Amino acid sequence: MSAFTTSDPRDRGGPAQPLLTVEGLRKHFPVRGGLLNRQVATVQAVDDVSFSVRKGETLGIVGESGCGKSTTARLLMRLIEPDAGDVVFDGDPVGDRHGITVNAMRRQMQMVFQDSYSSLNPRMTMAESIAYAPRMHGVSARESLSRAEDLLAQVGLNPRQYARRYPHELSGGQRQRVNIARALALEPRLVILDEAVSALDKSIEAQVLNLLSELKARFNLTYLFISHDLNVVEYVSDRVLVMYLGRVVETGPVESIYARPRHPYTRALFASKPTLDPDRRTTEMPLTGDPPNPINPPSGCRFRTRCSFAQAVCAELVPPLAAPLDGQDDGGAHLVACHVPAAQEAMALHA
Amino acid sequence: MPDAIPLQPPALRIENLTVRFRRRNLDVAAVNGVSFSLARGETLTILGESGSGKSVSLKALMGLLPNYARTEGQVWLDGRSVLDMPPAELAKLRGGAISMIFQEPMAALDPVYTIGAQIAETIVQHEGIGRGAAMKRALDLLDHVKIPSAARRLKNYPHELSGGMRQRAMIALALACSPSVLLADEPTTALDVTVQIQILLLLRQLQEELGMAIVFVTHDVGAAAEISDRIAVMYAGRFVETATAREIMRTPKHPYTQGLLSSTVHGGLRGRVLETIQGSPPNLAQLPPGCAFAPRCRYAADICTTGEVPVTIAPTGAMVRCVRAVPVPAQEVPA
Repeated sequence: MSAFTTSDPRDRGGPAQPLLTVEGLRKHFPVRGGLLNRQVATVQAVDDVSFSVRKGETLGIVGESGCGKSTTARLLMRLIEPDAGDVVFDGDPVGDRHGITVNAMRRQMQMVFQDSYSSLNPRMTMAESIAYAPRMHGVSARESLSRAEDLLAQVGLNPRQYARRYPHELSGGQRQRVNIARALALEPRLVILDEAVSALDKSIEAQVLNLLSELKARFNLTYLFISHDLNVVEYVSDRVLVMYLGRVVETGPVESIYARPRHPYTRALFASKPTLDPDRRTTEMPLTGDPPNPINPPSGCRFRTRCSFAQAVCAELVPPLAAPLDGQDDGGAHLVACHVPAAQEAMALHA
Repeated sequence: MPDAIPLQPPALRIENLTVRFRRRNLDVAAVNGVSFSLARGETLTILGESGSGKSVSLKALMGLLPNYARTEGQVWLDGRSVLDMPPAELAKLRGGAISMIFQEPMAALDPVYTIGAQIAETIVQHEGIGRGAAMKRALDLLDHVKIPSAARRLKNYPHELSGGMRQRAMIALALACSPSVLLADEPTTALDVTVQIQILLLLRQLQEELGMAIVFVTHDVGAAAEISDRIAVMYAGRFVETATAREIMRTPKHPYTQGLLSSTVHGGLRGRVLETIQGSPPNLAQLPPGCAFAPRCRYAADICTTGEVPVTIAPTGAMVRCVRAVPVPAQEVPA
């Protein structure tokens, strides 16, 4: 699935160079209030997030609400400005004098959102919506409309039937197919799917997941797949990034993350998954309470307030993302941010 | 007609419930003949996709549908017929013997009253006891649903609580008058996984302690497997299959149930193309004749689109609404 086979004329650095590298990404939102509307607090939505996406792979990002996964996606697309951090697209620093502009990056990086309805203009037909971005990037009206019809066919919607329809005339699954077609209209190399299948019914979700995997092979795409659904992430991803309260807590190949998680949070997250087997129901709560508020998160390790292994050091130092303490790091691919060897050991044994 | 009431009437019994929405030239058949009965201490999950009629069924039981909805059929709560009750008597029942929890607690809780005041009001209204005593009961209830520092939370407004905590507060409110039936409409859908499992475990535990019957509505196969004794799979306003949770998860009989389970994604399917149900659910204003699932069914034959679909009931009580379930064993059909 992850093999990068056909040569792409847009490929610059070769297969070994990551398509996207993110270094130290940070976004703190001010919370204003009080008499003079002064800043009273900060939401640390994304704090020092670094990762890379290899060419042709699917990187899954999982975490609960408020963990910063969607903010990360919006920062990458520059829908919001990061406070700090470097983004490098296929060797070119984005927004840098020596690299490529944000616009040039957006041509190669597109996004699909969760809400299929609000992400389409209700006054544009499907064909117009899909043709809009190519038009803005200088393609002729006729050419972009014909490309739109072709794309509708590619996502399994008959253009003769759907090209002139408006968003309200389509079902949720069909609208999401249109959103995918629109994301592909500029022939991007990386597609960010932000909870793109989460709002769909199960039978429709499976159809769209099949479509995504077909399109990936056909158009030589790389996916950044963001979801709270652990099952879907395990199904689609080659590598997984687990986030908690704005930080990366663990990352690695999907098999190794799901079979041998080392971080107590990753382990608890997976243990919270319903079992699908009435004879082996969950009997103990993996975690109690809700995730803490990202305003004033705990010092040091942000998970320590819910962690049964927490020690004094966890409150003082932010644990760095490093190889697991047992040394089995899958050739440097598996990284975990946890201070406590006992915790990591117990986690791996449990799994 | 109502026959002799058995010694221990089921907590909830429903016969042939139908709901139609009629407005001007539109006639939508949302629920098309649903029957089931439920004993105290038992959990039935209604599993279905959006538009299958699962939430409408619950709202019909509570008499919460708008006035252009036409509800027919029979509903007995603890042996008393509900649908023909005068509104005043029904109002006494709601929040008393039967109560409901929702997906969105913010919409179910009143934002301008504290949690404690809302729970106490329900108790005062239904049981006529004093406010002070009711407040004490409210405190017990918050303890019961495991809200930490309950005494302080009693004085909180809904917006001051986290999502999982609000869900617990709503459950406490629903349980305030020890209902014999609790209707749960997707109560875990909007929650994070780590909180969802907490709420499922809480409901299971509360049921063990209090013994109420639960009707749990969800689209999530995982949640259904965690909480149900029996599962009813709903499609286009009908139950297409009813069986124990174990039977549904292990040996689903109806092609729709099979499709629903096989399109439920899990990691074991990595690298494989998912088996999907083709097409999308039918328009409830124009249901196809015969089996409503036939247009999407891979086994559909001519017989499926003519006439009523026969219902087969196994000795175990498992029900399937499919022509294939009648004459031949399922294995003879080519995969």
